[in-house]
Amino acid sequence: MIELREVSRIFTVGGQEVRAMDRVSLVIGPGEYLSIMGPSGSGKSTLLNTLGLLDTPNSGSYLLDGQDVTSLSDNQLAATRSRKIGFIFQFFHLIPRLTAQQNIELPLLLAGVGRKERLERSTRLIESFGLGDRRKHRPEELSGGQRQRVAIARAVINEPAVLLADEPTGNLDRHAGADIIELMEGLNKDGLTLVVVTHDPEIGERARRRIRVVDGRIAGDSVRT
Amino acid sequence: MAGSPAIACELKAMRPLDAIGFALTSLSSNRVRTLLMLLAMSIGVAAVVLLTGIGNGARLYIVDQFSSLGTNLVIVIPGRTETASNTPATLIGETPRELTLNDAKELQRGDAVRRLAPLNIGELNIVWHGKERQVPVLGSTASLLEVHHLRLERGSFLPEEDMEVARPVCVLGAKVYRELFGPQAALGELVRLGGFRCRVIGLLESEGRSLGFDTEELVIVPVAFAQMLLNTEGLFRILVEAKDVDSLDRLKKYIAATIAKRHYGEEDVTIITQDSVLATFDKIFKVLTLTVAGIAAISLVVAGILIMNVMLMAVAQRTAEIGLCKALGAGQLQIMALLVTEALLLSTVGGLLGLLLGFIGSKIIVQFYPTLQTTPPLWAIVAALGTALLTGFVFSLLPARRAARLDPIQALAQH
Repeated sequence: MIELREVSRIFTVGGQEVRAMDRVSLVIGPGEYLSIMGPSGSGKSTLLNTLGLLDTPNSGSYLLDGQDVTSLSDNQLAATRSRKIGFIFQFFHLIPRLTAQQNIELPLLLAGVGRKERLERSTRLIESFGLGDRRKHRPEELSGGQRQRVAIARAVINEPAVLLADEPTGNLDRHAGADIIELMEGLNKDGLTLVVVTHDPEIGERARRRIRVVDGRIAGDSVRT
Repeated sequence: MAGSPAIACELKAMRPLDAIGFALTSLSSNRVRTLLMLLAMSIGVAAVVLLTGIGNGARLYIVDQFSSLGTNLVIVIPGRTETASNTPATLIGETPRELTLNDAKELQRGDAVRRLAPLNIGELNIVWHGKERQVPVLGSTASLLEVHHLRLERGSFLPEEDMEVARPVCVLGAKVYRELFGPQAALGELVRLGGFRCRVIGLLESEGRSLGFDTEELVIVPVAFAQMLLNTEGLFRILVEAKDVDSLDRLKKYIAATIAKRHYGEEDVTIITQDSVLATFDKIFKVLTLTVAGIAAISLVVAGILIMNVMLMAVAQRTAEIGLCKALGAGQLQIMALLVTEALLLSTVGGLLGLLLGFIGSKIIVQFYPTLQTTPPLWAIVAALGTALLTGFVFSLLPARRAARLDPIQALAQH
């Protein structure tokens, strides 16, 4: 359960104040499938980063599972990210020197999970994501779609409640993009809350709930019936 | 999902082995950078190990030289060093009573004495066929040959006779002989020493330094002749050799008592044994070794600064990776730990490599100079490794802190 109350985020760029989020209030229930669309610079990435605890609001409150996370320390924020939130990026952000499996295991490694359990969990995920023959490959040896699959596996290996995707298909061709969206929608059907930021109306329209952000405000919030 | 347990949990730390493994992947992915840092670190450690090894070897060499002179030796020096600086006598400029030949003769009667050699020393000009040189002149007796472990190349040493006979003869050091006579024979020749003529009766083997004198440059004459040449009554010192090590204490007491009796109750000489001289040299060389080690340690610090620079660059290069780790749930402390682990790995491996290099270096030196036993002392090894680790740690803190404070959003924006 995510609840933003009157959240504002103001950047100062070259002496000018930019309201990336302007008193945004938003409630996202467990298991929802939500897309965030809007023109460049409208603040949709800031909204996503705020939801993902990478950015801290200047004002307002953010309740995650009933707890206000705006006052958490850096370590507590990191721990919460580790347990509750999975990220997917446009440029995958895989570590080039690590194999697919090592990349997937990274969140577990950072969370202090032992080798045996890491191997077990990552192997299970790799198999179910159809990457079984790619586990020893490095990112440069993988196609874009495969890279994003690895990234999604990495995002969900710690069984988060929310999956946040920032332009997940922005760097993929149509076919691979559709493939990735289907994979994420499958995870959503299993109960994972899915938030997708996108430019692409075709992808945005697929979500059950669509949010439109303009100038740091929520300009539209519609649910497909 | 309302009502789930509180999420404000503290972060679990990464397992140390995992951190090391992760650091290793990072180090091996940038080989040139890693090798450069290893090189700097290992050279620093090798320098400490090698230089302290050489210092230690020099110390052992000196100690060995002294021991070979015989530990039974007692040296009598006029004046009391312990009191010389603060007695009223020194304040008003009164010099201590001199040691004389009569003192030496009296000391020779002691039953603990095996040999005795009075010493006088001064600088004089030696002239032969128009060639002139200034040389240190040592006045002594026949016993000096044994006491000082000198060896003759040719001819004979000073004659065995009463030490008060000022026979005008001399024994030349190898270098003095070479420079004065060249290839010509010297034995039996007359040289002019100071204002007197004297006959060359022996030549010393060239064997370098012994107890502070360069025997190669020395001219040795009978002590009474030296007193005449130098126009003095006093002796520079008296070397006394005890019958054996056990009688050393008895000998020292005897000397003190005899001198006191002869000097109107005043015990105005300093009696030192080889042991104390040895201890002094030992101390000097330890300090020297320490100094050299300190200088070498500077190179370790330089290596540390290099590590810092390279790590700062690495942090800049790996901004996206650091941002990613933060997004994946790494806290500031974990990011720092990752980078510090890298630095510590580098310093450990570099340090061990340096030890290896240092040991190989000292083995090579032993090959060329077998007399110099360059074994680095244990403390130097521990200190070098410790300094390597410490510099690695300290100089990685700044880059690690910078990495930990990176804004993950901006970091991820660079890809």
